[in-house]
Amino acid sequence: MTDVKNLEEIFQSKIDAEQKIEPKDWMPDAYRKNLVRQISQHAHSEVVGMLPEGNWITRAPSLRRKAILLAKVQDEAGHGLYLYSAVETMGTSREQTIDDLLSGKAKYSSIFNYPTLTWADIGAIGWLVDGAAIMNQVMLCRTSYGPYARAMVRICKEESFHQRQGYEIMAVLAKGTPEQKEMAQDALNRWWWPSLMMFGPTDANSPHSAQSMKWKIKRQSNDELRQTFIDRTVQQAEVIGLSIPDPDLKWNEETKHYDWGTIDWTEFNNVVAGNGPCNKERLAARNKAHAEGAWVREAAVAYAAKKAKRKAA
Amino acid sequence: MSENPNNWPLWEIFIQSKRGLDHKHCGSLHAADAEMAIENARDVYTRRQEGSSIWVVKSEHIHASRPEDAESFFDPADDKVYRHPTFYTMPEGAKYI
Amino acid sequence: MSNALFQYTLRLADDLLILNHRLSEWCGHGPILEEDIALTNRALDHLGEARNLFTYAGQVEGKNRSEDDLAYLRMERQFTNVKLMEQPNGDYAHTMARSFLFDAYHLPLMQALTKSTDAQLAAIAGKSVKEATYHLRASSEWMIRFGDGTEKSHQRAQAALDNLWTFTGELFENDPVLEEMTKAGIAPDMAAVKAAWSKTVDEVLAEATLKRPADGFMATGGRKGLHSEHMGFILAEMQHVTRAYPGAEW
Repeated sequence: MTDVKNLEEIFQSKIDAEQKIEPKDWMPDAYRKNLVRQISQHAHSEVVGMLPEGNWITRAPSLRRKAILLAKVQDEAGHGLYLYSAVETMGTSREQTIDDLLSGKAKYSSIFNYPTLTWADIGAIGWLVDGAAIMNQVMLCRTSYGPYARAMVRICKEESFHQRQGYEIMAVLAKGTPEQKEMAQDALNRWWWPSLMMFGPTDANSPHSAQSMKWKIKRQSNDELRQTFIDRTVQQAEVIGLSIPDPDLKWNEETKHYDWGTIDWTEFNNVVAGNGPCNKERLAARNKAHAEGAWVREAAVAYAAKKAKRKAA
Repeated sequence: MSENPNNWPLWEIFIQSKRGLDHKHCGSLHAADAEMAIENARDVYTRRQEGSSIWVVKSEHIHASRPEDAESFFDPADDKVYRHPTFYTMPEGAKYI
Repeated sequence: MSNALFQYTLRLADDLLILNHRLSEWCGHGPILEEDIALTNRALDHLGEARNLFTYAGQVEGKNRSEDDLAYLRMERQFTNVKLMEQPNGDYAHTMARSFLFDAYHLPLMQALTKSTDAQLAAIAGKSVKEATYHLRASSEWMIRFGDGTEKSHQRAQAALDNLWTFTGELFENDPVLEEMTKAGIAPDMAAVKAAWSKTVDEVLAEATLKRPADGFMATGGRKGLHSEHMGFILAEMQHVTRAYPGAEW
């Protein structure tokens, strides 16, 4: 028998050599746990993320927008599904994973605990929230765990229209009537800071980060990704004539990056702790759907069993 | 895993993107039976015209080689260069070979 | 003639738009992710077909009304969908039964419409036939799963059929608009569509071990813009943003 230390060395050398870890490979327990936690959080975020946007499908102000939003929210369901599948390759069933969400044990991205109050919020979510998410997701296409990386490749391919449709909504509103422009600016004001929080704590305060980088689960730090997002988004806001709600925002010729203000981490911690505007509603909606779907899932299993039995007879 | 019998089993999905190509594994999903698995695969994995044919296999029916066998399985093929056409020296001027 | 064609195209579109609205309410709340995705595909197909029909209706009318004008700027009394489409979702069996009863009508209707003397309607129907074939297949399978699944699902499916049956008469109702369209060879012979519908319903319900409800009183009025009280709420929700900003672009 090879001892664990040796196994760990082999494992790390594979990672250092940029080889993917596949489901049947030996992996340290902590790696498995860390990944199950991260991928399932990611999956939950996709599925809970359907709610604030799904909210607006029946109210979308044009048929074109309605079709786009339906397709987009449907994609989120697909992405949740791909990610739950990736978790299943690590021996954790979708049921277990979802039970942890429904009981409130598992976390999901706090951004989805904010309400969508106006149509412009749909634009802001696509532009900022999907924009922030995609930064993370592009990085994760190169993550060390094979099934996760493959799911991310598929997701990134599909997500590419999500940010664009959101930005397009904002652009149209910004050059629309004064009321529309105000709606867009208000949405940007409300979603800007929560979007920056999506990248997680600062590197100095990120407990899992160092290990995740060593294992190449993560490939770029929270702060690096956040800065890139800011640099890109500020320019996009300028193009459509909206202003970023940060008085400290300023181009720094020396660093070639924007300097910016500080995140209100008290708010962040509060929302993570369950006190965001919509935490209860989101969890209640998922629990309701799951509970009300139970007899549907049961019926399908019962019928499949009957059919198999008849076929065998 | 203590599985609830009312859970839909897991299926592996293979999609042929174009006629004439091979079916490629693209992911998995849950379904109560094979027919439903095919239909779900259509809805989940071919929303962007990715498919022309679908295979589904219950995940429990997939058997895989073990990672610890990888060396003995696959490394011996390393030194069989004569299996590759570039190994051979062709006389100059010979055509269509 | 062009007025009847406008009315006829519009009612085809209205059915699909209102059904899309109801199905959209499920998005994010389905019984399992796979089904959430499947149901949204169905909603998207209906919406796509509705948009083609609205655009065409606007052209036929000749008053420069766009698909959005027709969807967002008409009131309850101007919508001519059948009442079946506006019925609340209820549980998943109720939603599926509503779609099944519609799909079993929609497919033979679209098949027949491909032979319409109106080239544009025939073209729209040609595209819809493929989608409708898949919809009917999926909703039939669910009816069978529910009917022949568990006792509970059987009861729910039967209750849904019993509740919705009264709304099926309207699908085949004749009126001056339809009569004119049939005479012109634009609309198909609805007796044949009804026969096909009836056959599908019988076959699927038999396999599902469900009972076909008796034809009792049949609800009516939708084609004349006389709806249930649900309709006002559907339109209030669907139209409020658009109406709050007259003339705005989105």
